[in-house]
Amino acid sequence: MPKEVRKEASAEAMITATGLTKKYGDFVAVDGVNFTVTRGESFGLLGPNGAGKSTTMKMIAATSQRTGGNLVILGKDPNRQGPEIRAHLGVVPQQDNLDRELKVWENLMVYGRYFGLSRKFLKGKIEELLEFAQLGEKRNSKTEELSGGMKRRLTIARGLVNEPEILLLDEPTTGLDPQARHILWDRLFRLKEQGVTLVITTHYMDEAEQLCDRLMVMDKGKIMAEGSPAELIKKYSSREVLEVRFGSENNASVAGRLKGIGERLEVLPDRILIYEESGEKCLEQIIKLGLEPVTSLVRRSSLEDVFLRLTGRTLVE
Amino acid sequence: MSLDVRAETQMTWVGAKKLVDPQVSIRYGAFFVAENRLRNMAKWWLSIIAFGLGNPSLYLLSIGIGVGSLVDSSLGANAIDHVSYLTFLAPALLASAGIQGALDEVTWPTMEGFVWDRTFFSMNSTAITGKQIVSGILMAAMTRCLLQVFLYELCLLAFGAISWQSIPILLLVSATAGFGFSAVMLAFSASIKDDDGVFALVGRFIITPMFMFSGTFYPIDSMPIYLRWIGWISPQWHATNLGRALSYGSPVEPWLQAIHWGLMLVLAVIGITWANRMFESRLAK
Repeated sequence: MPKEVRKEASAEAMITATGLTKKYGDFVAVDGVNFTVTRGESFGLLGPNGAGKSTTMKMIAATSQRTGGNLVILGKDPNRQGPEIRAHLGVVPQQDNLDRELKVWENLMVYGRYFGLSRKFLKGKIEELLEFAQLGEKRNSKTEELSGGMKRRLTIARGLVNEPEILLLDEPTTGLDPQARHILWDRLFRLKEQGVTLVITTHYMDEAEQLCDRLMVMDKGKIMAEGSPAELIKKYSSREVLEVRFGSENNASVAGRLKGIGERLEVLPDRILIYEESGEKCLEQIIKLGLEPVTSLVRRSSLEDVFLRLTGRTLVE
Repeated sequence: MSLDVRAETQMTWVGAKKLVDPQVSIRYGAFFVAENRLRNMAKWWLSIIAFGLGNPSLYLLSIGIGVGSLVDSSLGANAIDHVSYLTFLAPALLASAGIQGALDEVTWPTMEGFVWDRTFFSMNSTAITGKQIVSGILMAAMTRCLLQVFLYELCLLAFGAISWQSIPILLLVSATAGFGFSAVMLAFSASIKDDDGVFALVGRFIITPMFMFSGTFYPIDSMPIYLRWIGWISPQWHATNLGRALSYGSPVEPWLQAIHWGLMLVLAVIGITWANRMFESRLAK
């Protein structure tokens, strides 16, 4: 990993939002949210599609203007100093917007030129980034010849060309296969080690748990909860969860007989979730009642459970 | 291609604060956009050159010389404006080349930038603004326009249709027509959400009539009065009439010459203002 590691993580605020609001006509996409992101932190926005994550991200990226509240990024106001802020940000959009006509290395070159970086500097930087993204062998390929994972890695590499103070990643691994996701997580973790401040939106709980120091759970434009993944799970869920299935037609009727088992019960169309410190004990109690679940699974609580508790809905619907 | 999760990478890192001066992009951002467009255009250099030389050569052989011989033999030599039919035709062909050259660089690249590859959004995620993208696209379009007109001029020179002395002024007039029209078309292209054949309609119902009814093949005065308005509002006619006056001295009153310049420049101002608004609002969504 990098030898010149910057470990000056302090409480320096990189992003401060106070009552941040975005309206489109009568529709409120982001509804008065407050949060602060400090230097070196990996901050996640978690929520289902339409929660307001991407809109919040666009305002942080200084490309979409807020309609209410206050937002300070790197000490500047994005509504008035957008270009100055964007010059020091790295952005990885939800959809890869690479230039199809250009080769892999040229995509990095033209993007670097937008920041006013010299061709001489970029020549060396491109080699570093290609190595980082493991795309050295593809440097002369056109981007349309790359796989989805390669395109994503190139988009991330492109976002690093100006050595950003903050890297914004909007759904960085959506649509990728498990191997490609793990490679990307590894690369992002290395950046975090390097001291780069990361802001990530995702609707994958495992991704949020892997990458984020702190999370803000959003739904319908509002913050539902905020904290580290472990804190959120501790606060809003139990240590373990027992998942039992009695068949989709029977789950609802059986649920009535399970009252009193576990700390809390969630009845979903396909399964029943029982929250308790020990899932095994709950399962024993169910069997003692003479019930025989078709399948049962004891697992640790996850952010999915936190989200379900907070909103009554699952993350991926 | 094998991937190694454990691969070590060495990345130097000074940080954007020290590395990037935002003022450089704020001042020169439009040039960086133009640089990107020219890099894209360079991928098609052979097609651009081949089209730039091949199209006028074939056109001059068929229409210029073929139809020209017929006109000259029917009406007598130098019957229109006291010059050969090919010389009369030349400023119109150059205006058309200027308009078409610039048009190619504002329509499809704008669809690519907003819809197909969304590259304008990647530009705008840096310090580059919507207005700078507009300026950069137009700079690159004008480079293509000037190149295309110049290649056409070389062909016309080879065919004896224009004098070498008239090359700079005809280049300027044709490029001004290209500038005005492409600025408006850039704004129009930025308003299109999806390409559902709209550019084919523009070609069929705007570009072609503009070329046919703007005094290209005969003086606009010889057309019925109800068709002349097409020429009056078309940059093609303004550039053609102006080019004829300034290249071989076709009689055009100074006040009308001023209107020709003025209309093409007004179109450019309207187009740029409209395009700036379209780009800024679309990039902010």
